[in-house]
Amino acid sequence: MAAGVLTGVRQVLRGPRLVSAVFSCHGQTFSSAAAAVKSPAAATDTAATEKILNFPLTQPDYFRLSELFTMKDLFEARVHLGHKKGCRHRLMGPYLFGSRLDIDIIDLEQTAEHLQRALNFTAHVAYRGGIILLVSRRRQFGHLIETTAQECGEYAHTRYWKGGLLTNASIQYSPGVRLPDLIVFFSTLNNVFQQHVGIRDAAKINIPTVGIVDSNCNPSLITYPVPGNDDTPVAMEMYCRLFKMTINRAKDKRRQMELLKGISASV
Amino acid sequence: QINKIIRPSLNRKHVLFVTTKMFSHKSLVNGMRDTASAGPQKFTQEFIDKQVEEFEVGKRHLANMMEEDPETFTQEDIDRSIAYLFPSGLFEKRARPFMKHPEEIFPKQTAIQWDAKGRPFHFLFYTGKQSYYSLLHDVYEKILAIERHQDKMRNKGLFTSDTKQILLTGSRWLLKEEIEENLVENISDQDYMRLIQLMEKLLSMPYCSLEKEFILKFRKQLEVQSSKYEIPALQYDPQGVAFSVADGRRKTAKASITLRDSGSGNITINGRNYLHYFPVLQNRVQLMFPLLFVGMMGRFDIEGSVEGSGHSAQAGALRLAISRALLSFVSEGEVEKMRQAGLLTADPRIRERKKP
Repeated sequence: MAAGVLTGVRQVLRGPRLVSAVFSCHGQTFSSAAAAVKSPAAATDTAATEKILNFPLTQPDYFRLSELFTMKDLFEARVHLGHKKGCRHRLMGPYLFGSRLDIDIIDLEQTAEHLQRALNFTAHVAYRGGIILLVSRRRQFGHLIETTAQECGEYAHTRYWKGGLLTNASIQYSPGVRLPDLIVFFSTLNNVFQQHVGIRDAAKINIPTVGIVDSNCNPSLITYPVPGNDDTPVAMEMYCRLFKMTINRAKDKRRQMELLKGISASV
Repeated sequence: QINKIIRPSLNRKHVLFVTTKMFSHKSLVNGMRDTASAGPQKFTQEFIDKQVEEFEVGKRHLANMMEEDPETFTQEDIDRSIAYLFPSGLFEKRARPFMKHPEEIFPKQTAIQWDAKGRPFHFLFYTGKQSYYSLLHDVYEKILAIERHQDKMRNKGLFTSDTKQILLTGSRWLLKEEIEENLVENISDQDYMRLIQLMEKLLSMPYCSLEKEFILKFRKQLEVQSSKYEIPALQYDPQGVAFSVADGRRKTAKASITLRDSGSGNITINGRNYLHYFPVLQNRVQLMFPLLFVGMMGRFDIEGSVEGSGHSAQAGALRLAISRALLSFVSEGEVEKMRQAGLLTADPRIRERKKP
């Protein structure tokens, strides 16, 4: 009977750590069997984890994010409306379609492409369990962004940005704090129309950034700029919805993959 | 009792851990080490748990040494035993030996705010002031909820501005220190002002009574000052006439007053009529003012004795005594009015000493 229990436990051990944790009530027999079969189980475990991490990178649109939005949705959310010609930043020139009655119109074809790239990157970061920080200094949308962060289980910072948050983290928080792996700027300017300090700090610390750049913003330091309107509530709600859906999709996919690998390994 | 204390058991097995003060764990050899920048000393949870264990064991040893029951050995017993075993003539009480629970000795550490993978628990962790900003977020959430409720009522056609308002009289907003205590975080003055402004905005909306309990959490009831006064007991003499006795002081003058009801406004001081005792009008006005204020001028007979100081001070002492005696004849609202008129406040001014 004891031998039968041992073989049963050995079968279970071939699965990844997650599954073996569930069966830990077996006690003494379990721990002695664990010592014997550790190396092959650990090897298959790491192989499975590597497969989980690397498989999504083989396909261009693994999370099927292109079905989340169309150019028509962007147009109806007034994403193409920029500021007046006088407020235009010289580096935003290439992203603009033109100007009509002195108002700059952002090229939605480029926006769609950039947004697809940005959402894909966010999804991959969320899939790998990265910390995503949603940042904006627009008081009109601060509450919306904090609620979005709460709903997708990530973090938000829509308040006054203290100087050393990223660069002086071990003293601002405690030593051993983990910094965000991706920062998403829903508006790259602060309340005095200067570039948000977080962009420069993230670039210094090598944290990738995704940013919605309007026609008066500087897109140079942002890793994945998304030219688009950051003033209209409709547009902001759309961006929040899109990012929330991507992050939730990516996390659900990860949970699914872990379960699948667990089941396939134990079989 | 003394015999019992004199014979503690001197078994060498019993070892106590008694501290006089916390010594630094950093090495004292390296004087150049920058000890200030590390901040207050940090202790791991295992270290504190070990200290608690040692304290419990030491407590039992001490109880055995003093030949008392280890189960019912309280902190007062510990203090008494330590004071007996380690008598100290030091004037500074904090330098004497003590044995206290580690919870009281080691400062409280904030718990680690992230899980095993390093992900923080709170969604506003990266702002630095997570509890404060989370509070602002909640208040704004409530404002939005009330606005949505207003819109619903408007759609139904039931919108009214004269809804039940929250009673705010008799309470004040919590102070910055009290909020800091609740949030376990430091906030600046501007942050505090911002919070109060948000709460005021919440209060200005018509349907704010929906969030009554939430708002009252940030208000503190003020004590009613008039309830603090000791009202002299109303006594009755053999004829059934009510009277009350009270004292008053001013500078060095001490006065004692008996206020008799159903009188005709006679005032006798030290056996003489008040007209003879106080020739100056100002002093007589001082005597009459409490009765005038309460509107019971011709009702009482006053019998007073006063000694010490000069005529003005004696008049002031008598006035205070009359006001105090009146408290037993007067209603609650009148007591508050008298307090606000300054009749019940003892004048603290005394003569200042001569300096060269």
